[in-house]
Amino acid sequence: MVSVILEGIDSMDVQQVGDRFQEDLSLAELREKARAVRRHIVKMLGACQSGHPGGSFSCVEILVALYFAILRIKPDTPRWEERDRFVLSKGHAAPALYAVLAEREYFPVSTLMTLRQLDSILQGHPSMKATPGVDMTTGSLGQGISAAVGMALAGKLLRKSFRVYALLGDGEFQSGQVWEAVMAAAHYRLDNLTLIVDYNKLQIDGPVKEVMNIEPLGDKLIAFNWAVSTTDGHDFDALTSVFREPIVPARPKAVIALTVKGKGCSFMENRVEYHGAVLSEDMVASALGELT
Amino acid sequence: MGASTRDAYAEALVALGMEHDDLVVLDADLGKSTRTLIFRERFPERFFDIGIAEQNMIGIAAGLATCGLVPFASTLGVFATRRVCDQVSVSVAYAGLNVKIVGTHTGLEMGQDGATHQALDDISIMRAIPNMTIVVPSDAAQTLAAVKAVYEHKGPVYLRLGRGPVPAIYRGEDAICFKIGKAITLRTGCDLTIMATGVMVARSLAAAKDLAARGVRAGVVDFHTLKPLDITAVRVAAEKTGAIVTAEDHSIIGGLGSAVAEALAETTPVPLRRVGVRDTFAESGSSEDLSRKYGLSIAAIVEASLDVLGRKEEMAIAGDQRQTKETGIRG
Repeated sequence: MVSVILEGIDSMDVQQVGDRFQEDLSLAELREKARAVRRHIVKMLGACQSGHPGGSFSCVEILVALYFAILRIKPDTPRWEERDRFVLSKGHAAPALYAVLAEREYFPVSTLMTLRQLDSILQGHPSMKATPGVDMTTGSLGQGISAAVGMALAGKLLRKSFRVYALLGDGEFQSGQVWEAVMAAAHYRLDNLTLIVDYNKLQIDGPVKEVMNIEPLGDKLIAFNWAVSTTDGHDFDALTSVFREPIVPARPKAVIALTVKGKGCSFMENRVEYHGAVLSEDMVASALGELT
Repeated sequence: MGASTRDAYAEALVALGMEHDDLVVLDADLGKSTRTLIFRERFPERFFDIGIAEQNMIGIAAGLATCGLVPFASTLGVFATRRVCDQVSVSVAYAGLNVKIVGTHTGLEMGQDGATHQALDDISIMRAIPNMTIVVPSDAAQTLAAVKAVYEHKGPVYLRLGRGPVPAIYRGEDAICFKIGKAITLRTGCDLTIMATGVMVARSLAAAKDLAARGVRAGVVDFHTLKPLDITAVRVAAEKTGAIVTAEDHSIIGGLGSAVAEALAETTPVPLRRVGVRDTFAESGSSEDLSRKYGLSIAAIVEASLDVLGRKEEMAIAGDQRQTKETGIRG
């Protein structure tokens, strides 16, 4: 039944990954963007005194690589129908997404300091109704990936050439719905879908291995008929290369990005307690000092 | 007996599918039961079986909706609501996406499969979700109109369907005046008003006939839209008749009875009796046997009507006595 439904779609010209509408940034410029994004995150979390620093910091390079080197998007037309889509399934990393969207000019950088305040367009977890550039409302773990599958399915049905990217936490793979979505993506041969795992090995109650072991993650995704790559999640050269790899026809793509929770702030790196933590003034100052 | 609402649903989907190529249908391995297989036969490229994975189905429907498609995600009522509550709430309702969720085989009408498969709280769950519209058609003709209206409505909808053949209430032309949110008065009567939804509408009409034979004039109003509730219709009926009975194939907690009680208490308090399943899981049995045992029969509606009428008369007498006391003048 599946092959009947998708007959003709596999053979269409899929837009090559990497076509984009802004100037190429050099690796040094991408690293500079990442530093700027981290500075924004520190200030935002310091101002609103709540939020998720650890998991926001671990995915900065992934988001910067996507929004500055990979995604076909038009910040002045956030709902451009042909755009590549991005779903932050690990919605608590919203501060990182917002900082990247601001740097990419979806809205003014000054808006960032309204995070989590009443009437702000920047909600605690991504809201597609509130924020230009947010493609899907997320926050309840395990749901964003399903929506991403739906978007990719729409792309196939409508014969569009956009790609869909979804970013998940590794702990998020404890959720059953994620595996339902993974199964469905392979069943429907969604080779226009890329799932990225922010593989920082930590969650709230402890290391993922100790709370509820998900290993071997890569092997599981391969067994679910995905094409799987692993990469250094903080290296722009490695990230952009893996995103630009040729697509394996009929197989959705998973990128396991090896990351460090809290990356960029020495006192936060690899520490469980910074999943959801309040940053004091001293911490903010210390972090900004390291991010010069 | 007319056709079943789920057969009408399938017919409506195909008709809409011919006119609108943005309509897509999803199911969770229950296409034979929900009848979405009929749509699949006509439009295989627009039908997606998601398998026994309802939470994923809702999320996929949300994703499809973000790309401008209009998904009808169908399964049994229990799995369309209780099982996917967070997904509906976050990925559909809070996200504001144009997803239609269709639950079939709801209520005790589900019958022999038993308690695990009988949706008695689906309306309660969906009523508590902001931005949700809830439509419960009562016969096949109304279902055709309802599905069309649901397709045209911009926003999340829960469409509640039954299982078996239901008596025909609406002729095709009458069904055309179907409007989401507008209750339909099927029978007028000045002694009390029976407000019913779904399969209980036909039973309420039968109960009204029975009551008429006893000299009781009962009005019957079809509340096909549970959310937003037609509060004006509730208020007007309360003002005109002074006694209300609600009837639903659903728990008395959280469904039509509760919605009407809320409206009455805030606008026009009058005696109310809720006919429905009284906060219990049911069991296996035929739809008829279950209705009798769990208080959803025509006789139960008649009994509730007489009871509420009695209370209305008691209140009137008490009111007169109080007035006499206060003024020394008989009312």
